[in-house]
Amino acid sequence: MILVLVDHDRGELDQLSLRALTAASKLGHDVEAVVIGKDGASLAGIVGEYGAKTLHVAAHADLTDYTPRASGAALAELVGKLKPAAVLSAGSPRGNEQLAHLAAVLDIPMAAECSQITLGTPHVVHRARWAGNLIEEAEVRSELLVASIFAFSTEPESKGGGAAAVVEFTPDLSAEDTLVKVIGRDAGESKGGVTLTDAKVIVSGGRGTGGPEGFAVIEELAGLLGGAVGCSRVVTSSGWRPHAEQVGQTGSKVAPDLYLACGISGAMQHIAGMKNSKTIIAINTDPEAPIFKYADYAIVGDLHQVLPALVTAVKSAQA
Amino acid sequence: MSALPNKAKCVVIGAGIVGNSLLYHLARLGWKDLVQIDKGPLPNPGGSTGHASNFIFPVDHSKEMTAITADSMRQYKELNTFTECGGIEVARTPERMQELARRITSAKSWGVEGGKIVTPAEIKELVPYIEESVIVGGYYQPTVGVVDSLRAGTLMREKAVEMGSAQTFANIEVISMEVEDGRIKAVVTDQGRIEAEYVVIATGCWSPKLAAMAGASIPLTPAVHQMKDIGPVPFFADTKGDIEWPIIRDMDTNMYERQHGTGLEVGSYAHRPILYSPEDIPSNAAAALSPTEFAFTQADFDLQDEHSYELVPSIVGDENVREKYAINGILSLTPDGMPILGETPEVKGLWSCAAVWVKEGPGTGKAVAEWMVLGQSEIDLHASNIARFHEHQKSTFHVKQRCSEGFNKTYGIVHPNEQWSSNRNVRISPFYKQEADLGAVFYETAGWERPFWYESNKDLVAKFGDKVMPRTSEWESRWWSPIINAEHLQMRETAGIVDLSAFALFDVTGPGALALVQKVALRQMDVAIGRVVYTPVLAQNGGFVSDLTIMRLGKNHFRVVTGGAHGMADKKWFSDQLPEDGSAQIVDLTSAYTTVGIWGPNARKIVQACTTTDMSHEAFKFSTCKVIEIGTLRVLASRISYVGDLGWEFYVPIEQGAQLWDHLWESGKNHGLIPVGIGVYGTTGRLEKSYRAYGAELETEYNVLEAGMATPKLKEQEFIGKAAHLKHREEKPVAMLVTLTVDDHTSKSGEKRYMMGKEPILTLDGGPVVDAHGRRSYVTSAGSVPSIGKHALMSYLPTELAVEGAKFLVEYLGEQYPCTVAVVGATPLFDSSNERILS
Amino acid sequence: MNILVCIKRVPLAGGTLILTPDKQDIETKFLGFGISPHEENAVEAGVQLIEQMGGELTLLTLGPSDAEEQLRASLAVGASRAILVETDGQEWDPQGTAAALVEAIKAEERKFDLIIFGAESADSAGYQIHIRVAHALGLPIVTNVKGMRVEGGKVSCDRVVPSGRELYEAPLPSIITVRDGLNIPRYPSVPGRMQARKKPIDMKKAEARVPQLVKLNLEVAPSKSTGAEILGNGVEAVPALVDVLKKIGTI
Repeated sequence: MILVLVDHDRGELDQLSLRALTAASKLGHDVEAVVIGKDGASLAGIVGEYGAKTLHVAAHADLTDYTPRASGAALAELVGKLKPAAVLSAGSPRGNEQLAHLAAVLDIPMAAECSQITLGTPHVVHRARWAGNLIEEAEVRSELLVASIFAFSTEPESKGGGAAAVVEFTPDLSAEDTLVKVIGRDAGESKGGVTLTDAKVIVSGGRGTGGPEGFAVIEELAGLLGGAVGCSRVVTSSGWRPHAEQVGQTGSKVAPDLYLACGISGAMQHIAGMKNSKTIIAINTDPEAPIFKYADYAIVGDLHQVLPALVTAVKSAQA
Repeated sequence: MSALPNKAKCVVIGAGIVGNSLLYHLARLGWKDLVQIDKGPLPNPGGSTGHASNFIFPVDHSKEMTAITADSMRQYKELNTFTECGGIEVARTPERMQELARRITSAKSWGVEGGKIVTPAEIKELVPYIEESVIVGGYYQPTVGVVDSLRAGTLMREKAVEMGSAQTFANIEVISMEVEDGRIKAVVTDQGRIEAEYVVIATGCWSPKLAAMAGASIPLTPAVHQMKDIGPVPFFADTKGDIEWPIIRDMDTNMYERQHGTGLEVGSYAHRPILYSPEDIPSNAAAALSPTEFAFTQADFDLQDEHSYELVPSIVGDENVREKYAINGILSLTPDGMPILGETPEVKGLWSCAAVWVKEGPGTGKAVAEWMVLGQSEIDLHASNIARFHEHQKSTFHVKQRCSEGFNKTYGIVHPNEQWSSNRNVRISPFYKQEADLGAVFYETAGWERPFWYESNKDLVAKFGDKVMPRTSEWESRWWSPIINAEHLQMRETAGIVDLSAFALFDVTGPGALALVQKVALRQMDVAIGRVVYTPVLAQNGGFVSDLTIMRLGKNHFRVVTGGAHGMADKKWFSDQLPEDGSAQIVDLTSAYTTVGIWGPNARKIVQACTTTDMSHEAFKFSTCKVIEIGTLRVLASRISYVGDLGWEFYVPIEQGAQLWDHLWESGKNHGLIPVGIGVYGTTGRLEKSYRAYGAELETEYNVLEAGMATPKLKEQEFIGKAAHLKHREEKPVAMLVTLTVDDHTSKSGEKRYMMGKEPILTLDGGPVVDAHGRRSYVTSAGSVPSIGKHALMSYLPTELAVEGAKFLVEYLGEQYPCTVAVVGATPLFDSSNERILS
Repeated sequence: MNILVCIKRVPLAGGTLILTPDKQDIETKFLGFGISPHEENAVEAGVQLIEQMGGELTLLTLGPSDAEEQLRASLAVGASRAILVETDGQEWDPQGTAAALVEAIKAEERKFDLIIFGAESADSAGYQIHIRVAHALGLPIVTNVKGMRVEGGKVSCDRVVPSGRELYEAPLPSIITVRDGLNIPRYPSVPGRMQARKKPIDMKKAEARVPQLVKLNLEVAPSKSTGAEILGNGVEAVPALVDVLKKIGTI
C-alpha cells in the first residue's frame, strides 16, 4: 500500500497533492491517503476520485492549522500501524517539510522532488535537483520509501472513483510536536487579485524594465489579460517590486498557460521557475538572450515600445 | 541574415575589436568578398574585448607598440569612442621615479606629448581621494583615455558591411581547416564550409586552438587579469559621465584604480600568474558569465585589497563601499610580451592577428590589413611578426614558463638588457663547457646560451683602468660589466675568440637559387664562388626588412647567415620568394653548423698556426670564404668582421665544434687570445665601427640612403624594393644616420650616467628634433666605444642637422646631456680607413 | 546572542549545466563557487541580529577544504568566526550531513540561541537537513521564513503562502530556515575582506557514514531546445503577437 499525504489548509485542498495521488496510483499498489487535521475529512470525495480507497484523518485538538512537526509524528504513528511500502506527498514546501519530519522521526532516508519511482530493494528514484535542471537517479536503501513528487512531473488524472472511506485516528502528540504552528495570518505583501501560482497568465519583467516605472505597462497588460505580474530576481533585489512577485528558484515556481517575459535575459535560476509554462513569449532587445532558447515565440525589440503597442492592440481586440 | 557563403576571398575569424577593425581596414583597402564569423553572439561574442578595462596609456618603451597605440587612439577618436580623462602613474619608491623619468624619455622619443613628472601634492589635486603619503611622485599623462571598444568594433564591422565588402555571421563555430600544398584552402564550420584565399585568426585567447587546426602555431596563453568594481562611492555621487577622473596606475603594486560611473574599478597584474589553456575556455553556453570572465578568486586578491586600501583609503576603506562585480578576466599573454601578427610560417594564406589588447586593436587591424593587401604596413611590425618564433618557443612549456615570469612585469621596471630566468639552457653550443669553465656570464638569444662576458678576464679591468669607463650608477651597471670594455680593449691589442653559435644559417640551392637571392638582396649576388656579400634586404617601400650575409658556395649554392633573434623571420622572407617551379630550395642548417669567430691583430697568426692553408691577406682576401683544414676538421672560413678587426668566422658541423674551439684556443695561447663575449660583438665593437643593426637602426621606416648604406653603383637585376630604392637614390634623404659621442656624462648629482638607447635627441634648447617626414630623432643604439674613450650614440638626424661637430642634447632619465655628431653616415668612429680589417 | 548560520559551498552555474564524464557531478572547471541564494539571506539575517543585539555569529559548513573561500566571504560581511567540517570531498547524503553538523554543534562550548539555514540548497534540494538537525538537537524549527523578529526570548516568523502570510512563533533556542526576500544581502567591502582574513576558522574532520540515499548518476533535464519562433522586430511584431494570443485563447 502507498500512503499519500494530502495537504490542505483548513479543508482547502492543495492541488499539487492530486499529482502525488496520481503518481502513487501508478505504482501498482493500493493507494490510501492521509490528511492532518479534522478539516481534511471533507476531501474524501476528491481524494477518492483520484485513486485513494481510504482517507486517514489525523484528528487532534491542536491540529487545526499547519503544524509540521506534529504531521511528522502523526505520519510516523500511522506508518507504524499501516506498514505502507511508501509515503508520498506533493513536492511543495509543506509536503517536503512534513515528510522530512517523518523521515527524521524514523531516522530513514527521504527522497525529495521525485519524477519517477520504482519500488524495490532498494527503491530507485529519479529526483529533480538544481531547481529541476538536473535529474538524479538514486537508490533509497530503506524498507519504507519516503518521497515527495516533483510538481511538474505528473499531471493529475481523475480515476473517477467514489469517495474514500474516512478513518479517523487521534495521534499521540507531545508538547514539542505542537510547539510550532500557525498562530496568525494576514494578507502580507499580496494585494489580492490573481496570485502568481494560480494565474493563467503571467506578465513578467526583468532588468530591461529599467526600474519600478517600467512596470506600469506590465501591470496594465497583466490586468487586461486577467493575469498576474511577475519579475526576475534582479528586480526584487534592486527593490523595484515586492519579493512575492519573484519567479524563479528563489521565488515562485509557476506554470501558467502563458508566460510573457519582458526584458528578462533568462538566467538559469529564473528559467527554473517558469520553464513549465505552456506557452512562453519573450520580448528582449538582445537576440542572443538565453530566454529565447526556452520561448515558443520571440520578439526582438524594446519592451518600452512593444508593450504600449501591445496594450493598444489587445484593447482593440477585446473591444 | 543570408546563408553562409561557400566561398570568400578572406575569412576573418573573430568579431572582437581586432577582427572587426581588420575587417574594416581590409574593406577600406579595397578587398571585397570578406566573410567574418564568430562562434559567439554579436555585438559581444564573449571574448576579452567584452570585459576589457578599455583604458589607454599612450606610452611604451617599445616604439612599435607606442606607434600602434597612437594609431589606435586616433581611430577610436574618429569613431567618437574615446573619452580623455588623463592618467597618473604613481611611484611609491625612488626606483620607480627613475623608471617614470625613463617613461617620459620614451614618450619624447616616440613623440607622445604632454607628459610630466608631478609631485604628490599635484597628484592630490588631480585625484583628491588618493593618499599622497604613500607615494613619492608620479607621471601625469593628460592624453590618457578610456575607449568603448565594443562600440568601436561594431561601428567598424558595420562600415565594412555597408561598403558591400563584407558579410558577418555570428554563432558559427570553426570545426576544422583545410590546407592544401601548404596553403589554406577552406574553413569548415558547424554550418558549412567556406573556401578562401586568406583566413585570419583574430580569436584572442582561442587562437592557438584554431591555428592548430591548420597545423600552425600561435604561441600564446590565456591568463587571468583580476578586477574588482566597488561602489557606490559617495565622492563620485555627482559625476555626470562614466569617465571623469584620471586613471591611477599604482605601478609598484602592479595595480590600477579608475573611476567608472559611481564606482571604482581596481585591477591587478600583481597576483600569481593564473594561466589556462585555450581548451579550458568554456563555450558561451557553459560559461557562467562570459567565456572569458572566470569566477573571481578572492584569495589571489587579498594583498591587492591591502594595496588599494593604502593608496585610496577614503574610498576603498569605506565600509559602505562594496564589491559590485569582480572577475578573473581572461586576456592573452605571449612569451615575449609582444602581439602575434602576420602570415603563419607553416601555412600560406593563414594569418594571425592575436595577442592584441584593446589599446592596440584598431591600429593593429589597420597595420595587418596593409600588410595583407599592400605587402607591408606603414608601421614596422617586426617585433610582433609571428615568424619570429623558433621551434622551442612555440612549445606550450616555453609559453607557460615565460608568461608566468612575464606576467608580474606588466607594470614592472624592466631593464633593457634584462634576462629571462625561466626555460634557459635550451640551446647549448658545443663549447659551452669550455666557456663555463672560463666564467662565462650567459645571456640568451633565441634559446641559445651566449657568453656576454667572461669572468676569467676580470684582471683586465685593472690593466686598462679608467679606459674601461667604469660605471657607478646601479641602473647602467645592471646586466653589464666593465669586463666587456676590457675584453674589447684586449681584443684590439691581441685577439678574441667569439661564440657565434646563435647565428641562423640556411642554404639556398638549386638552379633557381641565384634568382632567388638576387630578388631578396640589395647587393649584387651574381658574384664569384667564394665571395661573401653583406647585404640589406629591403621591403617594397625600400626600407629594411633585414641585413645579413650571403656566401656563394657554388654556382647554385648560397649560404645565408643572419642573427639568431631575427633568423626565423628572415627564413620566412626568403621562403616566401621560392619559385613555384621548385627550382630552388631552402634548407635550415642552424642546428647543423656552429660558428666561432676570431678577431684581433693576432688573429692571422693564431689561425695560421693551426692550419696548412695560406691565411695571408693575399691568399685569403677580405669578403671571401673557403674551406680550410684545422687538424682533421674541414672548416668553412669566412673573412669578414663585425667588430672592426682582422679575422674570420669558422663554420663546422656542430659535433666538431668543441674540437675547433680547442684547436684555436691552444694555438691562441701564444698570441694573447682571450675569450670575448657578445657585449663586445654586439655593442662596443660594432659601435666603434658604426655598424648598423637590424631592429635598431634598420627598419622599414628608414631607407638605405638615410642609413648611409647605398653603394655608388646599383645592380641591374630586379629585387624587392628596387623601385622605391631607385626613387630614394634620386631624392635628397631627409634624414641621415649619424654617430654622436657624449661630451659630458655628469648628472646634476655629480654621478656619471651612460645612455642605454631609445633616448630622445634634443636641440640645445631642449626641443625635439624632427625630420621632414615627422620622424623624431632618438638614440637607436648606445654603448661604450672604449678605444676612443667615449660613449657613442647612433641616431637619425634631419639631413641639414647631420653635420660633423653639430651639438645636441640627449635626455636620459629626466636630465639632459650634451653630445656632438662625431661622424655622419657609414664612416666608422674607429679605424676609419678600415686598415685593420683590410690588411 | 549566539547565532549559528549553516552554509554550503555550491557552484555558481551559468546558463547551462554540464556534467562530468562519469555523470556523478556537474562540471565545475569553468565555474566559480558561492553559497546558495537563500543562505545569503541567512547570513545577512545573522549579521543584522548581532548588529542590533550584540553577540557573535558563527558560520558552519560541511564540505571540502576549499569551502574556506565561502566562509571567508561570509566572514567579510560580518560573521564573527567559522567552523569548517572537512569531508572527503564527496557529496554526503542528507542523514550523513545532518549527523556531522549535529556533532559539530554539540562539540561547541557555546550554546546557540538561534541556528539559521537557507530554505533550500541550490544544488541538492533535499529539503530535510535542517529538520533532521532540529530533531537531533531537540529544538523547535520554523521553515521558509520571510520575515523575522527576535524579542523576549522568542523568534516570531512570517511565512509566505499563496493566500498571504502565516505567522509562527518559537522560543529560543530555535532553528529557522529563511528564504530570499527576507532581506537584501550585503556585498563585502574591502575592509570587510581584510578583517575576514584575520577571523578564526576551526578546521574539523568528519567521517562519512554509510549513505542510505545513494546517487547513481545525474542527467541534465531535457528542455525545449527548438528555439523560439521569431515574430519580428519591435512594434512591427505586435499584430503577430496578438494573433498568437488569440490562438492560445488568451484573448
